[in-house]
Amino acid sequence: MLYREAGDFKTSYVADNQTFPIKFDRYGYYFILGFAFLVMPFIINDYWANSIVVPFLIYTIAALGLNILIGYCGQLSLGTGAFMACGAYGSYKLMTAFPELNIIFVIIIAGFITAAVGVLFGLPSLRIKGFYLAVATLAAQFFLIWLFTRTAWFYNYSPTGMISAPTRDVFGVAVTGPRASAVSMYMICLCFLVVTAWLARNLTRGSLGRQWMAIRDMDIAAEIIGVNPLMAKLTAFAVSSFFVGISGALLFTVYLGAAEAGEAFGIDKSFLVLFMVIIGGLGSIFGAFAGAFFLIVGPVLLKLLLVNGLGWPTDLAAHLEIMIIGALILVFLIVEPHGIAALWRTIKEKLRLWPFPY
Amino acid sequence: MPDTLLFAMEATLNGLTAGVMYALVALGFVLIFKASGIFNFAQGVMALFAALTLVGFQSGQIPFSHLINAMFGTRLHHFGWNMPTLLAIPATVLVMILLAVLVERFILKHLVNQEPIILFMATIGLAYFLEGVGDIMWGAEVKALDVGLPKGMSGAVDDVTFAWFGYGFYIDRLEIWAAGIAALLVAALTVFSQYTKQGRALRAVADDHQAALSVGISLRFIWVLTWSIAGIVALVAGIMWGSKSGVQFSLSLIALKALPVLILGGFTSIPGAIIGGLIIGVGEKLFDFFMSPIIGGATENWFAYMLALVFLLFRPQGLFGERIIERV
Repeated sequence: MLYREAGDFKTSYVADNQTFPIKFDRYGYYFILGFAFLVMPFIINDYWANSIVVPFLIYTIAALGLNILIGYCGQLSLGTGAFMACGAYGSYKLMTAFPELNIIFVIIIAGFITAAVGVLFGLPSLRIKGFYLAVATLAAQFFLIWLFTRTAWFYNYSPTGMISAPTRDVFGVAVTGPRASAVSMYMICLCFLVVTAWLARNLTRGSLGRQWMAIRDMDIAAEIIGVNPLMAKLTAFAVSSFFVGISGALLFTVYLGAAEAGEAFGIDKSFLVLFMVIIGGLGSIFGAFAGAFFLIVGPVLLKLLLVNGLGWPTDLAAHLEIMIIGALILVFLIVEPHGIAALWRTIKEKLRLWPFPY
Repeated sequence: MPDTLLFAMEATLNGLTAGVMYALVALGFVLIFKASGIFNFAQGVMALFAALTLVGFQSGQIPFSHLINAMFGTRLHHFGWNMPTLLAIPATVLVMILLAVLVERFILKHLVNQEPIILFMATIGLAYFLEGVGDIMWGAEVKALDVGLPKGMSGAVDDVTFAWFGYGFYIDRLEIWAAGIAALLVAALTVFSQYTKQGRALRAVADDHQAALSVGISLRFIWVLTWSIAGIVALVAGIMWGSKSGVQFSLSLIALKALPVLILGGFTSIPGAIIGGLIIGVGEKLFDFFMSPIIGGATENWFAYMLALVFLLFRPQGLFGERIIERV
């Protein structure tokens, strides 16, 4: 009743090819966009921005990127943390070398730099696949982090080895550095997220996305029907790393402000983003949002409940949090291996009949 | 003899002993991968968990005391007695077997016939879960583990090498013991899998799940068995690494170090795990020895992965792995 594909007739190809062809989806999308751009900026405060909203937006971009690689192209990667570091250090070097360059371009160029690095480390994917590839991407993780912590040029020879983001403006409003307000941080992350999500959605339903999916489903068969595996795999690595790089650049410039490669972009970041993709649902744009939301909000809620609610010590709460996240992943894999996105699909099936079942 | 050559020889020897330690972790991976096709990411955390449990039993800690204290406001810490090591090790083995049963009952049973990547993720989830459980059960502080293995510089090696070259090599006695124990472990595993009924069943399952099922081998029992053996191997690795550098969180990261070992040796070969471990150990030490003056230290962090990466380009199935045959 509420959610229906039937009866929604299109009279032009443009209407048929739009990003959200189903009315319910489209209005939901407009509603969320409206809420995010017109309501959130007025109600957001520092606490919400710092603990939930901004990390959610940033990690969603990373999850979108990794989802393209794992969910759409089937190439398992454990190097996300290092690629985020690439974006962060790339943006830092650009910000300090070209102070007058607008921060938006800085972040986009950092994304392109990361894409190049991603393609480089994606090259082995032409020979190897599956777990072997995962180990190969681990090489990227450890090597890049080592490079960033050992080569003083990357952190401009600062004595602490940390990189810190100078203040940069967009239209006269500070978005990075200590003067940035919650609203400006929120808005720049939101803009990047909307553009990247729109890009991801349209890339994955276009011919490139179909090539990726063909490679994912069976690479030899895909090759036989004329998909070029070299192009498909490397574009997946490039696009994915581009997104992850943007996310890393935003994480460093907007959210953290100061970072050290080994600490901020370690292997745990790779796993965090991987979990987001899995829990959200492999091969689904909505899944990236749902997974990021789940893994950002979940720990905050748990901490609120255990530390503030029950008065337990923080270290115990931290251990419980790890345990519960592990258990949740297991439960999710057993109950719904296809993630929250599959749950949402089931809900839509139900909504189709509700409230008048057969 | 020039000094550099002597130092390089010492580094090689140290690399060999370090390689044995990597091989110990890689062994557990290979066992589970052979028997169930699962790439068990939790192996390192299992080693950590086993070592934590052993220390906990030895020092008579009350499990979950931290949690109980927080919930009920009590002040429990220790039972007030120390368990002798000879009793604590079998008790820990029992815990690892119990863990294997629980893993089979609550996780593997429900994930039969899922794709390998889903099972891999499940073991990552298990790794996180076990890490949390271990910390809550026994506390997260660094603990010293002492099961009576000798430690410190080996005097015999020092004397012999001094007599030969006029320069005494530094080799840790613990690592010599580790090499001996690893050899024993491999011998025991080989005897078990070649000459016992259960061992044959295990190899049958590894060869072909369905054929094994059809001749009446219980798949579920075999899984419990493999995970128990992997748990015991994890305990051995945990004891060795724990005695060397203390029982702490970083112990679980040795699982990551075992991955390139697996790549080199092949996922399905026990001798491969050993030889892969030795190659990685020696390569790492020698590379660090020769290159660290040029490109800076701490190359151990990534050298193994890079070696594996380059190796993969030429031989994707590893040194001893089965040939990968692809069909559409």
